[in-house]
Amino acid sequence: MTDASAVMGQMDKPRRKPWPAELNALIGLVVIMAIFEIVGWSLVGQSFLMNKLRLSIMITQVAVVGILAVGVTQVIISGGIDLSGGSIIGASAMIAMSFAQVGTNPRAIFAAQGLVDLPILFPILVGLSVALIGGLINGALIAYVKLPPFIATLGMMVSARGVALWYTKGQPISFPTNEFMALGDGLMPVWIFIGVAALFSLIMKYTVYGKHTYAIGSNEASARMSGINVERHLMLVYVIAALLAGLAGLVLTARAQTAQPVFGTMNELDAIAMAVIGGVSLSGGRGSILGTALGMLIFGVIFSGFIFLSVDAYYQNMVKGAIIVGAVALDQWRQKRQAMEA
Amino acid sequence: MSDIILKTEGLTKHYGGVHALESVDFELRTGEHVAIMGDNGAGKSTFVRQITGVEQRTRGRIVFQGEDVNFKGPLDAREAGIETVFQNLALADDLDVPSNLFLGREKILVKLGPFSILDFKGMRAATDAALKRTAVKIPNLGNPIRNMSGGQRQCVAIARTATFASKLIIMDEPTAALGVQETRQVENIIRQLKANGEPMILISHNMRQVFDLVDRIVVFRRGRIVANLNKSETSGEDVVSYITGAKTGAEYAGAA
Ligand SMILES: Nc1ncnc2c1ncn2[C@@H]1O[C@H](COP(=O)(O)OP(=O)(O)O)[C@@H](O)[C@H]1O
Ligand SMILES: [Mg+2]
Repeated sequence: MTDASAVMGQMDKPRRKPWPAELNALIGLVVIMAIFEIVGWSLVGQSFLMNKLRLSIMITQVAVVGILAVGVTQVIISGGIDLSGGSIIGASAMIAMSFAQVGTNPRAIFAAQGLVDLPILFPILVGLSVALIGGLINGALIAYVKLPPFIATLGMMVSARGVALWYTKGQPISFPTNEFMALGDGLMPVWIFIGVAALFSLIMKYTVYGKHTYAIGSNEASARMSGINVERHLMLVYVIAALLAGLAGLVLTARAQTAQPVFGTMNELDAIAMAVIGGVSLSGGRGSILGTALGMLIFGVIFSGFIFLSVDAYYQNMVKGAIIVGAVALDQWRQKRQAMEA
Repeated sequence: MSDIILKTEGLTKHYGGVHALESVDFELRTGEHVAIMGDNGAGKSTFVRQITGVEQRTRGRIVFQGEDVNFKGPLDAREAGIETVFQNLALADDLDVPSNLFLGREKILVKLGPFSILDFKGMRAATDAALKRTAVKIPNLGNPIRNMSGGQRQCVAIARTATFASKLIIMDEPTAALGVQETRQVENIIRQLKANGEPMILISHNMRQVFDLVDRIVVFRRGRIVANLNKSETSGEDVVSYITGAKTGAEYAGAA
């Protein structure tokens, strides 16, 4: 048998370890920061990076969408897509906030029922429950009714936004308890993001859940033939994505100290963009939470850089669109090249 | 009959109006190696998918080790001891070799439901052992298998069957997509597995390979068995005439 194995080893060219997509994102991040730094010195006459306030504003701004993006990342890795996250943020923010109001506000939604000044756990559980319902519906439609994820979550995107608007007929909800506000205070959103990102980074790398998510995204039929319960797994994937959207909604509304039915609008696209920029492949099976975190930082740096250079806000969206298309194009090109090599 | 490891009676599978499998009676004895041959579309892979629980049969009985079985899914069949190399290999391209070997049956370090922590070291060691047992040599086990050659991927799929204790091995066209050298390598692995005395069903179009590796040849045609031939009592030409329909076994007359 040693003969045969020698033949085998010789006949197959050894392949080098594939270039990690996260490295592209890291290089991109460093280059963009360097550009703003240089432009900053030459045009504005000050450092872009050596400004603690700017950096902390930048990171807290993207952290909320970052929490959403962690959930979206594992959905994309499983071979799906989730467009409902932004609307679930809106719905869970509105409903949670109505259970987080202070009793001194006579116009509190549940003042008559005495549901004011509730312990913080109450609005948190309410917000997460709202998200859970959205996730269960998404998961059931995708895993069992076999709707394409794009359609199922598009429906949820429209419906959950409808819930957010219907809840108060479009009115904002304000005056939360101090306890609840603490959830979004200062760098709290950043710590929550870091906790969530670290936890899911470990889950995706070291647990059966992570392994099966990559396997399903890589080849659903193979995963099924290998005995993975694909339906149950996808259910869990979409429930987790929705719960993280709910968490993002809680943090956002606590930070804003008010809930508006439009909260989270378009955030699902930002989250998808962060993932794609971070090297998460839209065809599934590839990418990491670390990549998405880098994608999130690229987003933050660009927009904070634009404000720093006083670039008109209208240009921001144009650039954002270009970045998303560029990242997807890069992913496609990468796949084509790999297919040719194999 | 305790020496019959697998038996099907009237096994039938219809896909809507397509009668892919029609009343198949099949038997496999302990230690026996049987080839299933037949034209493309004859129902060979469909037969495998019914036995392995990948699909649910339309009707018929499957008896494995003397007991009627109704596998709900492929994992049930694997847990009962049926290891299969599917025609499409059932590999995940973005995972590395150990992950593919243990896909769906991961070794666990800490049990936490779906979030159970994987035992990477244990899986890596078992992978090394399985590859050694099958004499497969693959550099960079930690790379995604996407970039591996057809032969290497086939070897990974076959090594998967050798990773777990099994009572029956099924291989669906394991060398169809391979070159001469790669085919020889895979045949060596099959011989190795055969030497362990495990029963095997080999689906193949390769007459030389079949006569080299098995004891008995079962011919499928249009979803039915049309011949059941001992290797010593038949010839390549004979088998071909059953495959093409020029001949039908006496006991199957009227079947096709
Ligand atoms: N999922 C399916 N749906 C409909 N028809 C199918 C399906 N799978 C197989 N068939 C049909 O069943 C017949 C047998 O196919 P198959 O078992 O793959 O043949 P073989 O493996 O012998 O080449 C073919 O006519 C094929 O088109
Ligand atoms: Mg076939």
